[in-house]
Amino acid sequence: MSDILLTIDGKEVRAKQDMTLLEAARSAGISIPTLCHHEKLEPYGACRLCIVEVETRGHPRIVVSCVYPVEKDIVVRTRSEKIDRIRKMILELQMAHAPDSFILQDLATEYGADKDRFEKEPSFCIHCGLCVRYCAEVKKKNAVGFVDRGIRKEISFIPEIASKECWNCKECFELCPTEALQAAYVLIEALISPETSFKPEEDGDRTKGDQDRKARKGLSVLA
Amino acid sequence: MDTDRIDQIVDKHHGEPSSLIQILLDIQTENSWLPREALERVAERLQVPMTRIQHIATFYKAFSLVPKGRHQIHICVGTACHVRGGSRVLDTVEDLTGIKPGETDLDLKFSLETVNCLGCCALGPVMEIDGKTHGKMAPAQTADVLKNYD
Repeated sequence: MSDILLTIDGKEVRAKQDMTLLEAARSAGISIPTLCHHEKLEPYGACRLCIVEVETRGHPRIVVSCVYPVEKDIVVRTRSEKIDRIRKMILELQMAHAPDSFILQDLATEYGADKDRFEKEPSFCIHCGLCVRYCAEVKKKNAVGFVDRGIRKEISFIPEIASKECWNCKECFELCPTEALQAAYVLIEALISPETSFKPEEDGDRTKGDQDRKARKGLSVLA
Repeated sequence: MDTDRIDQIVDKHHGEPSSLIQILLDIQTENSWLPREALERVAERLQVPMTRIQHIATFYKAFSLVPKGRHQIHICVGTACHVRGGSRVLDTVEDLTGIKPGETDLDLKFSLETVNCLGCCALGPVMEIDGKTHGKMAPAQTADVLKNYD
């Protein structure tokens, strides 16, 4: 398989044929912001934050780099006035849902996004699908999935599976960019078993303190 | 709906996971809603995760996860019916049946839905019950029409 040569931000980059633009850029040390990307998971293209400008034969256009395969001799710009403007807008829209997310706040500072630009609709979930895909693709448990569609789309645990699998896993908690997932989990847990939901864990989980802190935070944002 | 009937439907589609939507539609048509046990059986037979079925069943409006009444009332609130008083027909039907759009009454007699166009604007305001079109409805006439269903 021959390597593909392309230009990213003025830098000559050599990439493998089945790579995406995002992978090629990252392998060359060029960072592109992402929210829904995870190395272990199939590209999903949900958050749209990784958009870049691709120029072929003098025609620039906007593509989503995490799902766009590398092509020969294309010129890619990961930052431009247009890209920054769109990213700012995406961040502002997402912050209408999750204004308290640290990841979003950091990105907002970088791109000058105003978290109060749009009226708040605090669902806390930005539909990145990380928890849903991680549970399906890596853990193969399918304990959490999406329900409904459009503006009513949200994540939902399957109680029968979650009560068996989730207690000792919770690996998706770390992935969530807004910590909405934990809020949903803690809420469902409290609904299924009110008397055990805040029971401290017996096994010495080293991230326990961290998780508890996050879980409390999840509840406080829900209240 | 019993497990044997669900198995028959799954077999009719050769147990193909890609036929999931068709299978759910068949169950929906026969049973008028999708009970949880039916979905669990389908998940088991097709080896499709429950999250996926739940996503699909909540995504399409053709599926219902709650029991539906014996008669489905659709009231058009599209532009043509609206200007001819469709919303007043809707109000009257809401009063008569005691349910709001999207709901089903306790006797499982009627389910009420609004629709945005039934394709016969000249007949507006239109009320459709179990696929039968009742055109040029006046609020006062709705009681007479609903009386014919039990």
